Amino acid sequence: MKRKAAHELDATNRRILNALQEGFPLVPRPYAAAAAELGLTEAALIGRLKAMRESGVITRFGPFFDAAALGGAFCLCTMAVPEERFEAVAEAVNARPEVAHNYARAHQLNMWFVLATETPDRIEAAASAIEAGTGIPVLRFPKLHEFFIGFRVAA
Amino acid sequence: MSIDAVDRRIIAATQGGLAFEAAPYAVVADRLGLSEAEVIDRLASMQARGVIRRIGAAPNHYALGLTANGMTVWDVDDAVAVVLGEKVGALDDVSHAYLRPRNLPQWPYNLFAMVHGTTRAEVEEKRARIAVLLGEACRTHDVLYSTRILKKTGLRLVEGDR
Repeated sequence: MKRKAAHELDATNRRILNALQEGFPLVPRPYAAAAAELGLTEAALIGRLKAMRESGVITRFGPFFDAAALGGAFCLCTMAVPEERFEAVAEAVNARPEVAHNYARAHQLNMWFVLATETPDRIEAAASAIEAGTGIPVLRFPKLHEFFIGFRVAA
Repeated sequence: MSIDAVDRRIIAATQGGLAFEAAPYAVVADRLGLSEAEVIDRLASMQARGVIRRIGAAPNHYALGLTANGMTVWDVDDAVAVVLGEKVGALDDVSHAYLRPRNLPQWPYNLFAMVHGTTRAEVEEKRARIAVLLGEACRTHDVLYSTRILKKTGLRLVEGDR
């Protein structure tokens, strides 16, 4: 997938991204309503959004759900993986469907992943299974408090 | 914030994104055998109840040039951790902020704040601003830069009722 650098985004796409990170209207013709605010036609807005989605500038367009409200359970986990075993352990961890995402980070605790399951007991089961399969302790960092964020990326 | 079976079907049908068609809610309605008005009403209700946080675009940080991604971690006095966490979370530069349990002695940090920037130097500047904000309530802090995405899948709800 081609990734466009920020400087490749034209002024109109930047305006679209800055305006449409939230507040997409809940009306029968929402693209038309949003386009009117931006001074674009409905077709132009749809075409630009589609192109940005296809090029990977937009990763998703739609409603963002509160994960906890959906009844799921989540836990940030980390492991200190010996460098020589890193790829094999990454493969084993990623193979589990409970692993929603996984990042390598520069630290002694060098693998950080999020477990997402339908119920809390399955978090424990998945973490234990990873420990058993790899022989490496999994530190669990469940969320105690989330600070609600108004984060918007400036395009 | 309870959701019923119809809400769940709407969530399952929209979590991959809305169609880039003039009437995207009608597309969802057709697929589920509901009316467009019911889909819109239920989405509005879920938004009002906080089940939906926002509706719109998720830009790719990397595509926007925000390639430096630092998980800043802070050992903040428990007595003021919630109050200060709110302030950190409210900063424009912070995309996620959470309190999590410490894991002593290996891990003394209880506040996690994700910071993005175009360069690590920019992330360091933002980290320095957080350090000022936390002041003496913070005993020690660190930043863990991501070096590679090993796996990334969106949140996926199992289709159908539980």
